[in-house]
Amino acid sequence: MYEVRFHGRGGQGAVTAANILAVAAFKEGKEVQAFPMFGVERRGAPVMAFTRIDEKPIDVKTLIYNPDFVVVLDPTLMEVVNVTEGLKDGSPVIINTKKNPEEFNLGNYKVYTVDATTIAVENGLGTPMSPIVNTAIIGSFARVSGIVKLESVIEAVRELSPVKKEENVKAAEMAYKAVKGL
Amino acid sequence: MEMKEIIRGNMATALAAKMARVEVVPAFPITPSTLFPEKISEYIANGELDAEMILVESEHSAMSAAVGASAAGARVATATASQGLALMHEILFIASSMRLPIVMAIGNRALSGPINIWADHSDTMAERDSGWMQFYAENNQEAFDLMLMAFRIAEDRRVLLPAMIGLDAFTLTHTMEPVDYPSQEEVDDFLPPYNPPYTLDVKRPMTFGSFATPDSYMEFKWAQTVAIENSYKVIDEVFEEYKKRFGREYKRVSGFMTEDADVVIVSMGSASGTLRDAVRRMRKEGMKVGAVKITTFRPFPFKEIKELTKNAKIIAVAERAISPGFGGPVAGEIATAFINEKERPLISDFIIGLGGRDITQKDFKYIAETALKEAESGEVSPWVKWVNINPEEVPPGGE
Repeated sequence: MYEVRFHGRGGQGAVTAANILAVAAFKEGKEVQAFPMFGVERRGAPVMAFTRIDEKPIDVKTLIYNPDFVVVLDPTLMEVVNVTEGLKDGSPVIINTKKNPEEFNLGNYKVYTVDATTIAVENGLGTPMSPIVNTAIIGSFARVSGIVKLESVIEAVRELSPVKKEENVKAAEMAYKAVKGL
Repeated sequence: MEMKEIIRGNMATALAAKMARVEVVPAFPITPSTLFPEKISEYIANGELDAEMILVESEHSAMSAAVGASAAGARVATATASQGLALMHEILFIASSMRLPIVMAIGNRALSGPINIWADHSDTMAERDSGWMQFYAENNQEAFDLMLMAFRIAEDRRVLLPAMIGLDAFTLTHTMEPVDYPSQEEVDDFLPPYNPPYTLDVKRPMTFGSFATPDSYMEFKWAQTVAIENSYKVIDEVFEEYKKRFGREYKRVSGFMTEDADVVIVSMGSASGTLRDAVRRMRKEGMKVGAVKITTFRPFPFKEIKELTKNAKIIAVAERAISPGFGGPVAGEIATAFINEKERPLISDFIIGLGGRDITQKDFKYIAETALKEAESGEVSPWVKWVNINPEEVPPGGE
């Protein structure tokens, strides 16, 4: 079982990111489950969302306490939330930021960075103050994790984007290439 | 032809209602069930569903409208939760006594107070005497299947009673999972249009829900009881037919590794999958643990519970509701199932996951270990144990 935790702020699309990942993995024949941290959907507030991926049907319905991968959609959360809490030793963290991975000191966790905000804004997804970075960061996730193919992510993004489908696809592709720390 | 989609629990029950070709949906939104009326209105707006949606000013009115529409012969579905279900309370009894096969999805949520929007069975447990059949889903697939089957069961002439399908708040209502569903043609073949024996009809005037004096009231209640007793057989028949048609097997109660288990843990709803996972882990450590999942709580599965737990030393009931001054309602009912048996396992009650507190494998291990100790000593005391609770928050004496 592979478990992913997304940290974002209400309105950035963390819940949709978790759903896109689930749909992408499902397209590759995996069993999946995606859910938000229940009942905290307020704009701007720190939110979490989760995805489980497995070869077998997923029985477990608990929250995710020890993820295999953490995705951070908003760099300002790094000062507010302990994003690596419970993350399995030596596991990857991907952060949406202009900074380089070396600028983060997260012990023996593997840090990757991508400027998903700039990519999102360039593609007309949200505004610089309120960018919608979920589709971009999932592209980077595919690259770093190898858990899902970029093609599956693109299909899922197309399916789940209510508007600007091709812009969202473009953002995923650009962020796939732009990730730092590999 | 089966199709598969990743959807939330609320979408699964709305999809089932659409595929059942419901004709009237009176609804009032409430967390965590709001997506149900949203999806239904979307289906109607898209032309995918030809139904009348009645937007009412309260859940009391929603159920009242459901009663009226069902009495007029329509296939009726709605959804609610928690305070909404509580507000429907008096009309629930009217629906069942008028023998109206309304089907309702419940996003199982704690009752206030304190106000809380998360998973808990106290809302449906408070309605267990309302005369409705009660089914509890473990996952979104079950939510879809049970919702669809509920129409067939409820509308069967041997039953003619309303049914509620419980799906845990957020853990199911808001979680995306793959759900298989049949084609519309297959559903139409499985579920023909509702054909009520009596309806409100100006050409054939008839009284529904009339006044009943002491001369007849008891016979009405007795007939209603006979009907829900008939539903055991009808539910089994429909489950069997569903398996033949769509390949998914349902039982009113299912056992997992119970044959040689010393302790059998009983659960309902979304924790049942986590429980099976916990049982597999405990088995690896050599603990003789089994699991029983109750899918149909009304009518209560007396015989099947006894059959699945007959070899156990102790039954540990893990339940998401509390009847203050008594204990867990499910444990109380299981104890009743054994009351006239000479040979019976010990029964132990555990309150868990109230107000959405997460239920984990660790909690089930604590339950199994505690129950095994009780089995060893032969003494279950206290009768009710609270799982994963902070005792410092509750001063002794409850001051």
